[in-house]
Amino acid sequence: MTTPSPVEIAEPDVDEIVELEDPWVTIVWNDPVNLMSYVAYVFRNYFGYTEEKAHELMLAVHHEGKAVVSSGSREQMERHVQAMHEYGLWATLERQDA
Amino acid sequence: MKPFKKRRRGGITATFEAGEAHLLASLSGQVVELLRDRNGADESTADPLATQLGMGGPSLPPEDPVLRRLLPDAYRDDEEGAGEFRRFTERSLTSAKVANAEALIGSLVDGGLTFGTPVDDDEPQIEIELDDAEVQAWLRALTDVRLSLAVRLGIDAEEDAMLIAQSEDEAIAAMSEIYDWLGYVQETLISALD
Repeated sequence: MTTPSPVEIAEPDVDEIVELEDPWVTIVWNDPVNLMSYVAYVFRNYFGYTEEKAHELMLAVHHEGKAVVSSGSREQMERHVQAMHEYGLWATLERQDA
Repeated sequence: MKPFKKRRRGGITATFEAGEAHLLASLSGQVVELLRDRNGADESTADPLATQLGMGGPSLPPEDPVLRRLLPDAYRDDEEGAGEFRRFTERSLTSAKVANAEALIGSLVDGGLTFGTPVDDDEPQIEIELDDAEVQAWLRALTDVRLSLAVRLGIDAEEDAMLIAQSEDEAIAAMSEIYDWLGYVQETLISALD
């Protein structure tokens, strides 16, 4: 039997990682038309979220007027926004700290 | 209408009265027309490669409020970003929406819907069966029709739909009834998928 010998790991520069990671977000806005069941369905089926997470996000959109539904690169978020528009959801993207 | 149901072997079925099927086809057809008025029929585009790449579309948002809702800005408070995004994506978004509406009409036709003759009460019911791709098209196409009607009805807030249903204007009350019915159709489709 053996135990792993300690390995020295270089500490990553935390600030740099935060900046590179997920700098853009997709926001879905509340609208008076789309059914709650439909919005949750879209979050489940398009983003692959669990039923629980999709439901939570749908409620956040409904009660707070908007919710961040995804974060990542600008290109990814642009694809998501385009997909949301095809579903008829009202979505925009912006820089995370905007 | 008999609500959407899932068949054992996977297909999603529903039955519409002929009048309901005509109404769905006509409303979807209006969405197609509206979208084509802005971006032209796909077939007439001069440069298919540019279309495929989503290039050379308009960069200004549509003036028509229905189109502005169907083809919204992707960037808020960033006109330049929104314009650039629109220039590259609006045409493909339009084609996708047109294809969804046409798929909806197509499944009604497959179910026996015919055009050209006036609707009468004896017309047979329209039975449709949707595969996965058609389900996706229906969900989106129904949404586009509902969004369009909501803009025309002036539904800006959740309580507006209730207020409009009580309108003394008969045309508005009738349109509001259709709007509610479309919501019902979509709701039964979504619950059939679970």
